[in-house]
Amino acid sequence: MNLSPLVIELMQLLVLLAAAPVFAGWVKTVKCWSQGRTSPGLLQPYRDIAKLFSKDMALAENASWIFRFTPYIVFGSTLLAGGIIPILSVDLPLSATADVIALVALFAIARFFTALAGMDIGTAFGGMGASREMMVASLAEPAMLMAVFTMSLASKSTSLSQIAQVIAHSDIHMVLRPSLAFAFIAFVMIALAETGRIPVDNPATHLELTMIHEAMILEYSGRHLALIEWAGMMKLFLFMSLGAAAFFPWGIADEGNMLAVPMALVYLIIKLGLAGIILALIETGLAKMRLFRVTEFLGAAFLLATLGMLSHFILE
Amino acid sequence: MILTPLGIASLSILLFLLQVLIVPFFKRNEKLMVNICFSLASAASLFAIAAGIWAVGNGTTDRVILALGLPDLPFHLRLDPLSGFFLTTIGLLAFYVSIYSIGYVKGFLGHRSVMRLIVFYSLFVAGMFMVVLADDALFFLISWELMAAASYFLVMYEDEQSENRRAAFLYIVIAHIGAVAILLSFGVMAGLATGFKDFSGYTFDAMRASKFPVEWATAAFFLAFFGFAAKAGVIPLHVWLPEAHPVAPSNVSALMSGVMLKTAIYGILRVTFDLIKIFPWWWGAVVLVFGLLSAVLGVLYALMQHDLKRLLAYHSVENIGIILIGIGLCMVFTSFNMPLIAALALTAGLYHTINHAMFKGLLFMGAGAVIHAAHERNMEEMGGLIHKMPWTAALFLIGCVSISALPPFNGFVSEWLTFQAVLLSPSLPAPLLKLLMPVGAALLALTGALAAACFVKAFGVTFLGRWRGPHKPNIQEVNWPMRAGMLMAAASCLLLGILPTVFIRWMDTVPVQLIGATMSASAGTHGWLWLTPVAPERASYSGIIVFLGILLVYGVVYLLLHASPGRIHRRPIWDCGFEKLNERMQYNATSFSMPIRRIFGYFFNIKEHVDLSPQAAHSAFPKRLNYNLKVKDRFWSWLYRPVADVSFWLSRKVGMLQQGRIQVYLIYSFITIIILLVFVR
Repeated sequence: MNLSPLVIELMQLLVLLAAAPVFAGWVKTVKCWSQGRTSPGLLQPYRDIAKLFSKDMALAENASWIFRFTPYIVFGSTLLAGGIIPILSVDLPLSATADVIALVALFAIARFFTALAGMDIGTAFGGMGASREMMVASLAEPAMLMAVFTMSLASKSTSLSQIAQVIAHSDIHMVLRPSLAFAFIAFVMIALAETGRIPVDNPATHLELTMIHEAMILEYSGRHLALIEWAGMMKLFLFMSLGAAAFFPWGIADEGNMLAVPMALVYLIIKLGLAGIILALIETGLAKMRLFRVTEFLGAAFLLATLGMLSHFILE
Repeated sequence: MILTPLGIASLSILLFLLQVLIVPFFKRNEKLMVNICFSLASAASLFAIAAGIWAVGNGTTDRVILALGLPDLPFHLRLDPLSGFFLTTIGLLAFYVSIYSIGYVKGFLGHRSVMRLIVFYSLFVAGMFMVVLADDALFFLISWELMAAASYFLVMYEDEQSENRRAAFLYIVIAHIGAVAILLSFGVMAGLATGFKDFSGYTFDAMRASKFPVEWATAAFFLAFFGFAAKAGVIPLHVWLPEAHPVAPSNVSALMSGVMLKTAIYGILRVTFDLIKIFPWWWGAVVLVFGLLSAVLGVLYALMQHDLKRLLAYHSVENIGIILIGIGLCMVFTSFNMPLIAALALTAGLYHTINHAMFKGLLFMGAGAVIHAAHERNMEEMGGLIHKMPWTAALFLIGCVSISALPPFNGFVSEWLTFQAVLLSPSLPAPLLKLLMPVGAALLALTGALAAACFVKAFGVTFLGRWRGPHKPNIQEVNWPMRAGMLMAAASCLLLGILPTVFIRWMDTVPVQLIGATMSASAGTHGWLWLTPVAPERASYSGIIVFLGILLVYGVVYLLLHASPGRIHRRPIWDCGFEKLNERMQYNATSFSMPIRRIFGYFFNIKEHVDLSPQAAHSAFPKRLNYNLKVKDRFWSWLYRPVADVSFWLSRKVGMLQQGRIQVYLIYSFITIIILLVFVR
C-alpha cells in the first residue's frame, strides 16, 4: 500500500494546526503596520492560546452539555474540513469523503452549534449573536454554494481535489471565463462574511451593537475559548487556502508526487502571505457596516454567484 | 397467498381493521386498551415493513383481485417496488409512532375517552396502506377517502375548542377539492382507456395499457397534480397544513406530516411515471417551479412561527417542496431521455421522502413530548427544557440537525443528491431550463440555510436558556415508550445518514420500475463506504467517515485536554453589572427571527404596533411598552380571501331564488319539467 497520501494528509493537518495562528498573527501584523501601530508579533496568537489552555474555566450555572460540547464540535469539524481542502497536495485520502458541498455543510455544523451555545446561557447577548449569525449565514451559505457550484460546473466535479487539478492543468483560456470571475468576486465577499472580518463583523470588538460572532462566544473561558479561537483561526486559514486551491491552484502538488510537496509549501506561503496583505488592506480601508447593510452586501455576493452560474449555463 | 409480500401487507391491514372491532371489549379498562391496541398496531406495522422491504428488495410485482367491491367492479391490489417503498416508509413511521403512542395516549386517560382516537388511528394507518396498494381508481379513491375522513376525525379529537373545529373543517374542504380533481383525472384516463364505452377502464392496468393523446394526458396530469398537491400542502394549497397539524394530537400530527403527505407524492409518481408514462419536459418544469416555491416560502413562513407545531407544519411544506424538486428534475431528465441522471434525481426525491418521514416524525414526537410535559405550545413561554428533559432534548436535537441538512445525518444526503442532479443539468437542451436550473440551485441552497436558522431558533428557544413563562410548571421527562419511539426514529436518521449506499442499493428497483434505469451501477461500485452518484471523480461522499472523523477528533481533543484537568467553576450568569437581569430579557422566537423578517418582509403580511403607555416625560423612557406583531400568510389575502368572497357573493345571489314559500318552489319544479319536456324529450 502506498503510504504517501496518508503522510501528506497528516502533514497537511499539522500545517493547518501550526500555521493557522501564524497566519492570524500575520494579518494582525500587516494591519498594525498599515495603521501605524506596533504589532504584537507573529507569534502572539500562540501565546494567547497557550494562556487560555492553562486557565481555569468559569461556567454559568445553567450551562448545559450543549455549551460544553460545542467547542469540541467546532474544533473537530473545522479540522476535518482541513483534511478535505487541498492545501499542499491534491492527493488526499480524505478528499473523497466529502466534496465541496459537504465542506460548506461542515462549516455549517460548527455554526449551528455555536449559535445554540450562544442561546444556552440565556443572556440577551448570546441570543442576539445567534440570531445575527444565522441571518448572515442564511445569506452567505447559499452564496458560497453558488460560487463553488460555478467552480464545479467549470471542472465537472464537486470534489475539491478534482477542481484544483482541473484548473491547474487547463490552459489560460479555460481559466479566464466570466463565470469564474463572478464566482471569485462572490467568494471574496463571502469569505469576509464567513470568517467574521470587516466590513461584516469585527473580530476585535466587544461593542454590543456591532458584535456578531463574539456575542455568541462571550460566555466562554479557558480551554473552551482556546479551542474556539483556534478553530476560528483555522477557519480563516482554510478559507484563504480554499480560495487559493480553487482559483489559483498553480504550484500545488499533484497526485503521487511527494517531492513536489516542499515546493507546494513555498507556494502556499507566498500565496497566503499575499492574501493576508490583501485582507489586512481591505480591513484597514473599509469600515464596519451597519447590520442591515450586511444583507445588501451578501445579497450582492449571492447575485454575483448566481450570475456566475447563469453565465456558465448560457455562455459557456 | 399469505407468504407473499402482498399477503403480508394485507395481513397488516386486516390487523388494523381488526382493532376497530376489538376496541369496544376494553371499554371498561382504557389503560389496557391503549396498551393492547398500540402494541398490536406496532406489530401490524412490522408486517407492513417486512412486506415493503421484501417487495422492493426483490423487485417483484404481486397482484390480486379481491372478491369485494361493486358488482362487476372488483377491487384490485398490487404491490410493486414503488408501492413497496412507500409501504416501508409508512410502516416504519407507523411502528415508531405506535410505540410512542403507548406512552403518549395515556396522557389523555381520565380527561377524555381514547376509544375514538384509537379507532380512527387504526383506520387512518390502514387507509394509508390501502392507498399505496390500490390498483384501480375505485379502490384508490375509497382508500383515499378513508384516510382523509379518519384524519379529519383525528384532527377534531379535541373538538371542544372552536379553533380545532375550524382547522378540521378547512382541512376536509381542501382535501375534498383535491379529491374531486383526482377523481376527474382518473375519469379522464379511465374513459380514454376504453374509449368511453364501458367501465372496465377503471383499473390501473387498463390505463397503463392505453396511450393517451397529449392534450388529454396534460389534462389528466394537471388535475392529478392539483389534487395531490392539495393533499401534500404544496404552496399555494398549503394553508390547511399549519392549521390542522398543530391541533391534532401529536402522534397523529407525526403521522400526518411524516407519511400522509407522502401518499400524495406516491400518487404523483404513480400517475406520472406508471399510468401516463410519456410526457413533455415542461410538466417537469412546472413541478420543479412549484417545488422551489414551496421550499423557499415554506421555510420563510416557518421562521415566523412561535407555535412549535405550526413551525414544524410549515417545514413540511418546505420538505415536500424539496421532494418535488427531485421529482420535477427526474421528469425533465426522463423526457429528454437521460435515464441515468433521471434515476439520480428520482433517488434524491425518494430518499428525501423517507428521510423527511423519519426526522419530521421525530420532531413532531418531540414536540408532543414537550407539550405533554409543559402543557404549552407557544415557544415564547418556554426555555431551558434541556435540564428537565435531557432525553427529549437530545433526540429533538438530532431531528433538528437532520432537517437542517447537516452531515452526518440523513437530511444532508438527500439534499446532496438533489444538488448533484442540478449540477448535471447543463447538458439539457431547453434554453428555459438553462435559466431555471441556476435559480433553482440558488433557491435550494437558500432553503437549506434558512432551515438551519429556523431550527437553531426552534431548539434554542424551546430547550436552551431559561424558562420564560410567568408560572413555572413542574416539568418531568416523558415516559419510556415515548422515549423509545423517538429514539428509534433518531437512530433511523443517523443510519440513513451514514449508510446511504445500503439503502440506495435496496431501493434501486423503484427507478428501474419507473424509468428503466438505476443509479447503483455507479453509486455502489466503490464499496458501501462511498456514495458516488455518477463517477468517483465527479463527486463522492462518505457519511460514516465524516461521523467517525468528528467522533475521533472530539475524543482525541477531549482526552488531551482532560489529561491535565483545568478546574471548572460554576458561577451565576454574568449580567454586565446590571443586577436586574431576568428571564424575559432573553432573546425569544420573535426577536430571533427579526432580521430575517426584515429582509424578506415582502413575503409576509406584517402588522407591527408599538404602544407606549403611559406616556412618560421623555419618549426614550416609557413606563410600559406594548409590542404587537401579527405576521400572516400572504396567500390568505392573495388567493383564499377572494375565492371565499366570490363564493359567498354567488351564494347570496343564488339565495335570492329561495323565497321560502312552497308555491314558488312548485313553480320552479313546474318550469323545470316544462323545459325538460321541450328540450330533452
